[in-house]
Order: sequence, then C-alpha cells, then structure tokens
Amino acid sequence: MSIAHPEIPRPSLMGFTLPLMAAAGLGFGYIVGTAHGAPVPGFLAGALLGAVLGYVLASFVPNRKAGRIGAAVVAAVAGFVLSGFPGAVVGAIIGLIMSWFAYWLSSGDYRAKVPVYATAGDVLWHNSFKFICGLIFFFLVAPIVVVLPLSFNAQDFFTFTPEMLSFDPAGYSLKHYEDFLTNPNWTRPLKNSFIIAPLATIISVSLGTLAAIGLSQSHVPGRRAIMAILISPMIVPLIISATGMFFFYSKLGNWLEATVGLSGDFIGFIKVILAHAVLGIPFVIITVTATLVGFDRSLTRAAANMGAGPVRTFFKVQMPLILPGVISGGLFAFITSFDEVVVVLFVGSAAQKTLPWQMFTGLREQISPTILAVATVLVIFSIALLTTVELLRRRSERLRGMSPS
Amino acid sequence: MSDMTDTGPMRAADGTPLKKSLARALRRQKLRALALIAPLLIFVLVTFVVPIGDMLFRSVENQIVSDTLPNTIQRLAGWNPDSGEIPDEAVFAALAVDFQAAAEEKNHTKLGTRLNYENPGMSSLFRKTGRGADDIGKNFQKTFTGFDKAWGKGEAWAALLGSDKWLAATEGWTKDAGPEPKFSARDEAEFALPLTTGVYRSFARVARADGKKAAADTKPWPVLFNALAEDISSASPEAIAAIGGPSADLLKSAAQGLSSAEPISYKDTFVAIDKGWADLGTWQTIQAYAGDYTPGYFLNAVDLEKGTDGIKKRPDQQRIYLMLFWRTIWMSMLITGCCLLLGYPVAWILANLRASTANVLMILVLLPFWTSLLVRTSAWKVLLQQQGVINDVLVWLGLVDDANRLVLINNQFGTIVAMTHILLPFMILPLYSVMKTIPPAYLRAAKSLGATNWTAFWRVYFPQSVPGIGAGAILCYILAIGYYITPELVGGTQGVFISNRIAFHISSSLNWGLAAALGAILLGAVLLLYYVYDKIVGIDNVKLG
Repeated sequence: MSIAHPEIPRPSLMGFTLPLMAAAGLGFGYIVGTAHGAPVPGFLAGALLGAVLGYVLASFVPNRKAGRIGAAVVAAVAGFVLSGFPGAVVGAIIGLIMSWFAYWLSSGDYRAKVPVYATAGDVLWHNSFKFICGLIFFFLVAPIVVVLPLSFNAQDFFTFTPEMLSFDPAGYSLKHYEDFLTNPNWTRPLKNSFIIAPLATIISVSLGTLAAIGLSQSHVPGRRAIMAILISPMIVPLIISATGMFFFYSKLGNWLEATVGLSGDFIGFIKVILAHAVLGIPFVIITVTATLVGFDRSLTRAAANMGAGPVRTFFKVQMPLILPGVISGGLFAFITSFDEVVVVLFVGSAAQKTLPWQMFTGLREQISPTILAVATVLVIFSIALLTTVELLRRRSERLRGMSPS
Repeated sequence: MSDMTDTGPMRAADGTPLKKSLARALRRQKLRALALIAPLLIFVLVTFVVPIGDMLFRSVENQIVSDTLPNTIQRLAGWNPDSGEIPDEAVFAALAVDFQAAAEEKNHTKLGTRLNYENPGMSSLFRKTGRGADDIGKNFQKTFTGFDKAWGKGEAWAALLGSDKWLAATEGWTKDAGPEPKFSARDEAEFALPLTTGVYRSFARVARADGKKAAADTKPWPVLFNALAEDISSASPEAIAAIGGPSADLLKSAAQGLSSAEPISYKDTFVAIDKGWADLGTWQTIQAYAGDYTPGYFLNAVDLEKGTDGIKKRPDQQRIYLMLFWRTIWMSMLITGCCLLLGYPVAWILANLRASTANVLMILVLLPFWTSLLVRTSAWKVLLQQQGVINDVLVWLGLVDDANRLVLINNQFGTIVAMTHILLPFMILPLYSVMKTIPPAYLRAAKSLGATNWTAFWRVYFPQSVPGIGAGAILCYILAIGYYITPELVGGTQGVFISNRIAFHISSSLNWGLAAALGAILLGAVLLLYYVYDKIVGIDNVKLG
C-alpha cells in the first residue's frame, strides 16, 4: 500500500503538503505551549517545526519506516528535555502522528481510496467524512476507555491527578480493587449477582428455546400475537415492569410466606430470579429464532426416517446445530440480569442487593472510586462475553453454510 | 386439483379420506407447536403481563373510600353538593360510627392520605378526628353500662348479633383449636340494627385475625355502643322486639332507657373536633371520590382535577406532569435525532468497508452495547463533572476559566449526551443491517447518469435506507422515553423524565395510584410505538449483534 497511485501526480510540496503540515504542527504546538504556559510561542514553533518536518521527510527520507522512527525519536528526545519522561511519551506520539501525516500528504496516499476522476472537493469530503466517523467511534469508545486508567488512581478522586499524568508510580495503586474484593459492601452484591443471573438465565434459556422451536414450526395459530407478547418485556419500559412487579410480587411473596412458610430472604431471591428470567426471555427468543431461520428441516426428517424418536432427534440433530444461538441467547439473558438495576431495586430487598444496585447507590449517594474498579472489571467481563458471542455467531454461520469461510 | 378419483375421494394408506387425514396431521402439528410455546407463554403471562395488568387496575381503583366509610357514603348519596350546605345530622351520625370503626383498625389515616392527594389538608383533618372521635363512643359506653353491667362484656354482644349457628360453633372455642369459626349475623338483628351488625362484623374479623381470644371474650369497641344507640333510635320498636336470642331482654331494657336519654348532635361534636368538617370542600371531596373506581389519578396525571363543577385545571404550582411528559417527548426526540445524526455515517462506513475492516470496527460499536449500563453512566459522570476529565482538559488548554468550569452534568445536557451514547448502538445496528442490503452499484449508476454526489445520495441511496432509519429511530425512541437510570444519575432536576417521577411516587411519596396512572399513560405511548414498529419492521426482524 505504500506505493502512490501511478496516475496521481505527487501534490505540490509548497502549495499543499507544507501548509497542511504547518497547520497540524500549530495544533500540537498550541497544546505543548499551553502545558508550559506559553501558547503563542508554542504554536508558532509548532507550525515552523511541522513545516520543516514535512519538508525533510518528503524531500530527503523516502524510506517511510526510517523516517517515522526518526521523527518519533527526535520528538521524544525534545519532549524529554522539555518535561521529562511523560514529555518523551507525548513527544513520541506526536512524532509518529506528524510523520505519518507528512507521508500521507506528500505521497498522495490521501487520494488512494477515491476514484482517479474525483475532484479536490470530493477528496476533501471523503477524508473529512472518514475523520468524522473516526470521531464518532471515538465518542463510542472513549468514555469506556477513560474509566480504565482512572480505576488505578491512588487518590479518591474521579479525575486524573498530576502524579498520574507524570506516570509517577506513586500516583497509581490497586487499592480500589482491593476494596472491591474485600469490602463486604461489594462482595455480598457480587455474590448475589452470581446467584441470581445464572438461575434466571437457566429459566429463560430452557423455556425460551422450547418456545422458539415451537414458534419456528410452519403452522402456529396466532404466531404474531404470541411473538408480540413474548418480546414485550424488552419493549415495555423497565420502570413500568418494575412497578407492576413491585405490587404483584409483594402479594405473591406474602402469600408464599403465609402458606408455604418459606423464609423472607429465600422468597426475595425467587422473586428477583423470576423477574430477571422474564426480562431475559426476549433475547433468547430473538437469537434462537434467528438461528432456526436457516435450519434445514430435512435433517430432522432424515433422522426420523432412520428411526430416531423426537427427543433423540432434538438432542442429537437439532440441538448441536442451534447450540450457538442458544448459548448467545443465554449470554444475552445473563448480561440482562447481571446488568439490571431498576427491577431489582423495586422487587428485591437489601438481602438481594446486586452489583448494579450497589453501583447505583454508590453513584447516587457516596461516590466511591471503587465503582471505577468495578466498572473496569465489568468492561473486561463484557469484552469476554462479546468475544464469545462473536465467535459463536461465526461458528453458527459456518455450520449452516451461510458464510463462505 | 381435484381430490376426487374414479373410486370416490382420495384415501390415505389407512383408508381415511386424504383430506381428513391431512387436516388431522395439520391439527396435530399445530397442537405440538402450541405445546412447545405454552410453558413460556404461561410463564410470561403470569410473571409479566398479569403484574402489569394489576398495576393498571390500581390507576382507577378507589375502594378505600367506600370500604372505610361505607355507611357515610350510603347516606351521603342523597346530599346535593351544590346546595351550599354541609350534610345533615344523619350523615354525621354514620360518619361517627364509620370513623371510630376505622380508627380501631387505624384505617382512617390511610384514607386521609388518599384523600389528601385530591384535597390537601384532608390528611391532618383525618388524623386529628381519629384522636377525638373516640370520646363519642366512650360516652355511649357509659350510658349503656349504666343500664346494665352486662353490656361491658363481649358475650352480650355476641349473643345479640351472632346467629345461633355461629354461637353454637364458637362456644368453647380456644386458640389452640385453629382459627375461630367465621362470624355470621342473626338475620333479624341485621335487619333492625344494620350499623351495629356492620361494625361487629369488622370487630369479629379483627378478633379472629388476632386469634388469641374468641370474639365473645373480647372487650367490645366503644364504637359498638354508638352504633347500637344510633340503630335503636332509627329502628321501629317492632323490629327490635323481633330480635330473639339470649340478649333480647337486655336490648329491650336498653331501648327503653335510651328513649329518655338526651340526644347528642354529631355535627356539633365533629365541628368541635375540627372545623374542617364544617367546610363544604371536605364533603365535596368525599362525595366526589366515593365511587369504587375513579378517574382521579388519570386526571391528576394530566394536571386536571375533578371538582363539583366538572373537570378543571389544577392550580399553577401543582401542574408538573404535562410539563414532564412534554419534556420526556422532546428530549427523547432530540436524543433519537442525535443518534441518527451520529449513527448514519457510522452505519454507512461499516456497510461500505471491506468485511474484515468492518468486523473490527463493529467491535467498537458492540463494546458499548455489551458494557454495563451503569459502567457507561459512571463513565459519563467521570467525564462531565465540574472536576471531571473534560473540564480539566478545557481548563488546561485555557479554553475555559478555572473559576467558571462548565456545568455539563445534572442538567438536560448531561442526560442528552449520556443517553445518546448509550442508545447509539441501537440505532447503528438496524441501520447497518439495512444498508448492507443496498447494492453500492446503484449509487455508481446514478453518478454515471450525471447525478451529483448529493443528488445520488439523496434520491437513490437515502430512500433505500429509510426502513433502517425507521427501525432504528423507533427502537431508540421507545427505549428513550422509558429510561430511568441514566436521567436519575446525570439528569439533576431539569433532566429527569416521567419515569423518574413514577419511581418517586412508588418509593417516596407512596401515591401508588398516581404512579400507576402515569405508568399507564407511558405504557400506552410505548405500546402504540411498538405496534407501529411491528407494522414497519416486524418483531421477528429485530436483530441483536
């Protein structure tokens, strides 16, 4: 990819590359200048350095790798002289970005993805559009990423301390993680979450898979209406579900306590598990029916033909094929329960306090940075789940022959 | 094709007509499908649909007034609220009985709280009267025990009002023998002494629920004396004489004694306890909410109230719900709009990139989708606070003065930014799945036919992506108008939605009827959108990830 398109003339150095490099340098120069209390000299020097870098790389260093490493090293050394170790890191990053930008502009790579006949306006639009999309992706991911380093904060602050910014080891600590793993205010809810979510998942997956198989048969009376009812827990606002369940489940709980004589805590768990199971059902239905859409019916007929009963057919033929869908549906149901706070807030009592509930109170009342440590753990947890679901989806597509790979 | 052959109808292998045999097979297939669906359907109906129905019922339910003040409501039916006069003595007499009976079970404060939603001040009126009304019954108690000491004991009352069957069943009952037999009234006593029988029924119920002593061994409530005096003064002597049983003579002598006693004015007694009883508004409220079902909560939910002169707007300072509904609607629209604005380019680029690159970028969309809602909300709290990351960066860059840090959170801005971030994947995913089906050749064809970039996009590509926009926008909007957690945490007072108000009424103000009415309106709106979504997209086409 490093060879410029043969038909594209190399853009003018003086009229195109250098002014843009100067503009980019101006931006970085402003930031560096502000950090040292001198914005105006900062951006003047930045613009000059940017233009010089562009000129040097474009005219004398045709080897891109060497040019980029060289620029990064020079900038890192300059940064180190200015403000020590953190400066060196920032300098290296700026150097890499600027040298990449210089080659991208001077070699004409910036038009590589647009047709040859595109006008300058087209090219500008194409690249700005990409840039805008990049910003939106940044908007999607940045808030989650910002939380990660903050969870290692040695102070009880929700923001970066000067020590953290200067990469001083004293600014970092694991104490919030320690709090999360030892403080009963956090370990109890964690345990509760791991009791409630799997049980709720088992209920929604077992009932949901059966129903999805039923729904995928060819003649189901009132299919649309049934589907609408089964999906409704996902659509009805949680606060309304929570309100309804609050009244109804407290009556149910009182009745169970009076007639069956179960303990209050146990009934509390039953109530929350039932409530979470019903919230997870739409996800199971949606994923499993999606898997069943491509299911080849002749396979079950073939199995029946060879003498397998319906149960055997189900477990030996149908189940292995729809298993990826069932598992990802189960993961959706699990995360729904694991992440749910409104319903448990209304239906549960203090004994059923889950992790999201504790986070919710933490955020509302006493803001403790332990929340950020919990958040980091949960982000890693969701990355693991996401990877699993993605792998399962690919496997399912491969099994059903929907993807060429 | 005809199902007739030369030898009659076509037949299956076992000899039944083919048509019948096929119909049976189809029926069996349907039944099997339904049998597979049934467990889940029943589960969802019981654990989800029924609770919501139960909640909706609460928004119109109003039995508390007629349950707590049954006799008063009955006698109040003849009163004309526009007459300008408070009800007559008979209503007050019934009120005295009802009130003391309610106070015995502490129900009067519940009713006071309920009516306070409609007419502020009722709660304190009921509380105060509950403390004062006891004396009325106590005075009658003195009078009766003056006639005969036996009136002070439970047996006399049980013998007077209970049916012979009940008396026989409860004779010799002890608390170890399980619950006491249920009270049944003596027919002629119920006819002649309706108030007393009514109160005694509650009395027997309380004694039975308590389970320690038989009703006949329990000390009678003072209100019973009041009720009996009231009944005796309004019943005919023949009806009283017709009452049999062991206490018949006791009753006759009491009736004689009472005829010479000085009558008391209930009206004056009540007004002396609290002037609120002389207020026309108090009675109008009681009568307006006497029915078993009331539109009152719904009216309240749209800032109206029911007065004697029909439905009218609430006073200015009490009008908040329409404003909240309106805010929920427009902020959700704004959030949906922001999602569309940000989601469209991303969906486009995902749909038009090479599959391998698109898959990598898709992870950036799915990561927030899979990340806990509370993690994302706390992230925004970290970013947007006054001492948070964004303000720090702005101050450091010198764009914002340290003393005037931007207020980015606990207002509408905070809610909009955080919710846009949270709902964005729900916009991108449907848009992406629609855009992937639009062949890129169409756009190139339009351009080669001379369309400018804009025309080609607007006239050729955009119309084909409209189903995706519809699906994404409705989904985002449905999710946005019901949101609770995020507005609660980052919305402050100006950025909260109607859901937050519902939660407030459930857990803090305990005005459950109003919460149910607000919820019913919100649910109606969501179900309407759900219906539209089903029509446009089809529920089966919802995709996750």
